[in-house]
Amino acid sequence: MMGLVWFWLVAVMIVGYVVLDGFDLGVGVLHLFLPRTEPERRTMLASIGPVWDGNEVWLLAGGGTLYFAFPLLYASAFSGFYLPLMIVLWLLILRGISLELRNHIEVGVWRALLDGVFGVASALLTIFFGAALANVLRGVPLQADGYFFLPLWTNWQPGPNPGILDWYTVIGGLLALVALTLHGALWLSIKTSHRLAQRARGIVNPLWLLLAALTVVSLVATIAVRPESLNNYYSFPATFVVPVGVIVSLAGIWLLNRKAQPVKAFLCSCFYLFFMLAGACWGLYPTLLPATTGADRDITLTRAISGPHTLAVGLVWWGFGMALAIGYVVFVYSKFRGKVDLNAGGH
Amino acid sequence: MTAELIHRLHFAFTITFHYLFPQLTMGLALLIVVLKSVALKTGSEQWDRAARFWGRIFGINFVFGVVTGIPMEFEFGTNWARFSQLSGGVIGQPLAMEGVFSFFLESAFLGLFLYGEKRISKWMHWFSAVMVFVGSWISGFFIIVTDAWMQHPVSYGRLPNGQFEVLSFWHLLLNPWGLLQYAHNMTGAVVTGSFVMSAVGAFYLLDRRMMDYARIFLKVGVIAGLVASVLIIFPTGDLHGKYVARNQPAAMAGMEGLFKTEDGAGMVLIGQPNEETGQIDNPIVVSDALSFLIYGTTKAEVKGLDQIPRDQWPTALPLLFYAYHIMAGLGTWFVLLMIVSAFLLWRRRLYQSRWVLWALLLSFPLPYIANTAGWMTAELGRQPWLIYGLMRTSEGYSNTVSASNGLFTLLGFMGLYSLLGLLFTVLIYREISNGPESKSAPAAMAHAE
Repeated sequence: MMGLVWFWLVAVMIVGYVVLDGFDLGVGVLHLFLPRTEPERRTMLASIGPVWDGNEVWLLAGGGTLYFAFPLLYASAFSGFYLPLMIVLWLLILRGISLELRNHIEVGVWRALLDGVFGVASALLTIFFGAALANVLRGVPLQADGYFFLPLWTNWQPGPNPGILDWYTVIGGLLALVALTLHGALWLSIKTSHRLAQRARGIVNPLWLLLAALTVVSLVATIAVRPESLNNYYSFPATFVVPVGVIVSLAGIWLLNRKAQPVKAFLCSCFYLFFMLAGACWGLYPTLLPATTGADRDITLTRAISGPHTLAVGLVWWGFGMALAIGYVVFVYSKFRGKVDLNAGGH
Repeated sequence: MTAELIHRLHFAFTITFHYLFPQLTMGLALLIVVLKSVALKTGSEQWDRAARFWGRIFGINFVFGVVTGIPMEFEFGTNWARFSQLSGGVIGQPLAMEGVFSFFLESAFLGLFLYGEKRISKWMHWFSAVMVFVGSWISGFFIIVTDAWMQHPVSYGRLPNGQFEVLSFWHLLLNPWGLLQYAHNMTGAVVTGSFVMSAVGAFYLLDRRMMDYARIFLKVGVIAGLVASVLIIFPTGDLHGKYVARNQPAAMAGMEGLFKTEDGAGMVLIGQPNEETGQIDNPIVVSDALSFLIYGTTKAEVKGLDQIPRDQWPTALPLLFYAYHIMAGLGTWFVLLMIVSAFLLWRRRLYQSRWVLWALLLSFPLPYIANTAGWMTAELGRQPWLIYGLMRTSEGYSNTVSASNGLFTLLGFMGLYSLLGLLFTVLIYREISNGPESKSAPAAMAHAE
């Protein structure tokens, strides 16, 4: 029971991170080509300026939650995905610093360089996060002691000895890139005005077509790579509501964006991300990290879970702390609500 | 080089670089609350500008602290997997609590403090400063709780699979080691904050500009610096040292270079520990002082390394000895300098005393060195243990990550952090050159912490 609760709490943290920092990353990708003038560039950055750092906290809090609730999974996955995680860390550093530095430097060439670093780091981060999730869904070559070490790539096939990158995880990376760029475009269409907002709205359509195609491809590929992913759905047919939710929210993005209702379209995009991630988690449950080396080596919920007292105590402070945290998040977003106005100062 | 050594250096390097930033933000957060409070009470625009200026310095430090802090949480898993697997149920808790209770609070109110001033009332802006202070100090607390459990494990049980489990949550949080270490460490952060503030004040006075602000900075910096420099020795350092001597005798013996158990042990002021001969080369000793400092009497017996099995000696003995002595020596200098400065401030002569201003200016790097040396003392003193008395460092690192993979990413971090250090210096230099009166770009425009 505790295992089930903590499984979904960690999933909630991951969804929180993807939905919130997702639009920061998407804005970063769009920053490479959407704005045409310096004020437009600044407007885009200002739309995430006061919130990106708080959004990144979801990653840290999620990592910490994973650490104490499922120590074996945390230890095995973090050391096994050593190389890509280090690259992710470097990219997170480059993203944060280039964003920060950009506002302190007036010289054009330096700004252009920092804009490039910011955009490329954001794009690579989305691809790595997508590929990481795909790695978990595909499984890794776990040894009997629950550990593994993955090279960056092997033969690009998701067989028993895969690398971080193979054709399946690359699809995952592309899916994340497109989904989060779209997410960022919808955010911009809420937070900005005039031509920038129009361009943001305009780019949603081609991105949406790509996303719809990639969604279908990734669902088919996931079932091909790990057919067991469907078991839970057949056992509890009511849960087919999740893929239906994916379709409905995808349709909602398209329709609401056409009707120029950016807030609702953005919420649909949030739901799309939620349903995709929830669907993936449900496909895994109760496995946390499947083994490509035989199902008896899977890291499962019961194998990885912390002691009962740890989890009981954790539930108390975690519930209390997250209630507070959500309060701050709502408070900050309400203070910075509305369109970005560069002349309002500070924002 | 062995994988164990690489993983140790990996963590040591990244955490040492990381802690350059939080020690300033935690100290400054308190001083910014002081500036804001005076501004709120007197309605002084000057004190408000002073607070905004230090807010900008804080903001830059905060971003560097955030981006270098994320790797720290990851490295528990990437580089210390076997340790994490066994101890996650205990120390994963304070680490997760730091995120949940501190980072959300801190990032939310820092956003308001830096970019929301025009959207909120004066009172609310002051409140944001207080909340940033509270958030950053809570964050420090949870990190100390984590380290304190590794130094002095309390209230744990073991599950059948070998994992540690918390028995009492409150005992974990209120670990006496942690409370002493917290008091000592946070005072250290205030020392850094107040020395940096005094140094900027001294710089402006010597440079003959921003004189009004310079006086504010010196007034606040020197008073806070005096209080913190005294507190860091007595009672926080004193009590913490006594607790170490009782609970980690090997660490204390290594710090003091005490090879032989003695009644009325002397304190080595300067010297070089020689592990082969088991004595201090070229020592200057104050006789009986160590016994007195630890036990309050000149006759008490202090345990030397001779009573500790060789395989439980701290593994980097001379480094431990030097780190501790550098920390203690600098601590003495801080008190002397701040007593003189505070006396001159009281006699209204500080602003004209060029020699003292120069000393204040040049002393700004020293608290960084002292804080780093203090942490090295704590962590090297714990060796060869990862969890004191329970798990050796050699049992904790990720053995699936080979030495050369570890070296690759360590070198990557070194390169990236060199670049970060350079950029940080440029940014801070510009802020200080522009000074508190500039409506410099960052405050006026879309900003991005």
